[in-house]
Amino acid sequence: MTGTLTTSAVSIDDVSVRFRSKRAEVTAIQQVSLDVAPGEFVSIVGPSGCGKSTLLKLVSGLLTPSSGSVTLLGEQVRGPRHDIGFVFQRAALLEWRSARRNILLQAEMRGMNAAEAGKRADELIEMTGLSGFENALPHELSGGMQQRVALCRALLHRPRVLLMDEPFGALDALTREQMNVELHRVWQETGTTVLLVTHSIAESVYLANRVIVLTRRPAVVHEVIEVDLPGTRDYSATMARPEFASATARIRDLLGAVTGQD
Amino acid sequence: MDKVQADRWRGVVERSWRPAALLAACLAIWHLITATGLVEAYLVPSPAKTFGLLADKWSYLWGHTWVTTYETVLGFVIAGVLGVLVAVAMVYSRTIESTAYPILLFAQVIPKIAIAPLFVVWLGFGLEPKVIVAVLMAFFPVVISTVTGLKSVDTEMLELAATMGGGPVKTFVKIRFPAALPHLFAGLKVAVTLAVTGAVVGEFVGSNEGLGYVILQANGNMDTPMLFAGLIVISVVGVLLFLLLDLAEKLMLPWHASRRGAAVTTLLAKG
Ligand SMILES: Nc1ncnc2c1ncn2[C@@H]1O[C@H](COP(=O)(O)OP(=O)(O)OP(=O)(O)O)[C@@H](O)[C@H]1O
Ligand SMILES: [Mg+2]
Repeated sequence: MTGTLTTSAVSIDDVSVRFRSKRAEVTAIQQVSLDVAPGEFVSIVGPSGCGKSTLLKLVSGLLTPSSGSVTLLGEQVRGPRHDIGFVFQRAALLEWRSARRNILLQAEMRGMNAAEAGKRADELIEMTGLSGFENALPHELSGGMQQRVALCRALLHRPRVLLMDEPFGALDALTREQMNVELHRVWQETGTTVLLVTHSIAESVYLANRVIVLTRRPAVVHEVIEVDLPGTRDYSATMARPEFASATARIRDLLGAVTGQD
Repeated sequence: MDKVQADRWRGVVERSWRPAALLAACLAIWHLITATGLVEAYLVPSPAKTFGLLADKWSYLWGHTWVTTYETVLGFVIAGVLGVLVAVAMVYSRTIESTAYPILLFAQVIPKIAIAPLFVVWLGFGLEPKVIVAVLMAFFPVVISTVTGLKSVDTEMLELAATMGGGPVKTFVKIRFPAALPHLFAGLKVAVTLAVTGAVVGEFVGSNEGLGYVILQANGNMDTPMLFAGLIVISVVGVLLFLLLDLAEKLMLPWHASRRGAAVTTLLAKG
């Protein structure tokens, strides 16, 4: 398979993951297949512990599947990939670096041109509303700001694929909404392919073109919800739309059915 | 600006008056014990006599202080460099870790005072045996703290680094080592106080200079004022070296020091 022939940004093909520990063997993911088109925003929801983080680690190459294959940007994933941006639930910032220098870590690790990277960092800082806090240390930033720094760091090298693992899970509801609006705008401006793992049904629908609902472990794709909303989405207007209501209701039903037994 | 300055001074006073008061109380008790004749003067000299001697024999003591400080610092620096290198090797290689750990532990549990004479037999009365004992004393805490520090790095941070593709060297220089520095400094502070002990132990075993020698001589002559003076100078050397490291830590890791608060003064008050 070559880059020019494939149309998917991410292609997960019949992938299973088994973790072997001393006590038992756990199947986290079972025969999951998923294709993500370039520029598409896909949300992944599912019960806790079903294998969502595992899925993102597969795509980034931080984990290799027990069977099946993952293809990223036309190239099979065999080890850690550098052509992605990753945002974790915790911002994972270096305590001794200012916000700006935390963002620039990405450039330093990659050996990017310093002047260009600096310009890009300033752009991102502006875009995510971090202006004025460039020189603040992580412990001087609020949780939402730290997460913005992590987002900027993940976007610095203009990755074509952005992986986000519950990036706003630790934020309060209001900050989370603001971050959703910002992420939506960033996505529209950059045209990046995004895979977002989230526990918030509203967030998953507001941001995505498609929502993948996974079952309990071992995770299989339970259903794929196509989100029938306009490209550019105003937050409150979107919340009020019937398509939004029906999509969230459907996902809630599905998740209820999956987790109901607990 | 003036208010900030005033607040800073008030902070210093607030933090240091307790340890200062405790120190004063100790001196007062010491004075009372000797002044009332509770303890014979040849067993415990009065503070006045001790400090008087310190002042009189200053040039004599200064030379020996310099010798001991030199041995201590040399031993400490060697232990610091070796300790960090060994710790890095242990963290990056399972084989080295499993091979080195038992030997390290063995070297640590051997009483240094018991093997010190051996070094004198091998290396004579010069600088080397003292430095070696200081290194042996200081090495272990540096290794342990550095290993702990290097292992304490967030796995998510390392995973992120893997997606950034900088390779192991950049990951070490930019992420792992700086993240380990707070632990490393904690180890270095313990190590420097142990290095002082190591140097003095080395001098006890065979030497004709240094504060350990001064104390041994004073002991032989039943010269308790000199013995006390020697003890005081050794303690001051240890405390000063410790404070120097503390200052280095504050300058190098302002991000860490700002959250650690007044740990040093608390520690001094306890010590
Ligand atoms: N390194 C590992 N070794 C053993 N088991 C693991 C490992 N990583 C994950 N698992 C198991 O695989 C399953 C899926 O884990 P994963 O972290 O992908 O879940 P998740 O869907 O992200 O959960 P959450 O929503 O709580 O973050 C879990 O049951 C977990 O215990
Ligand atoms: Mg997870």
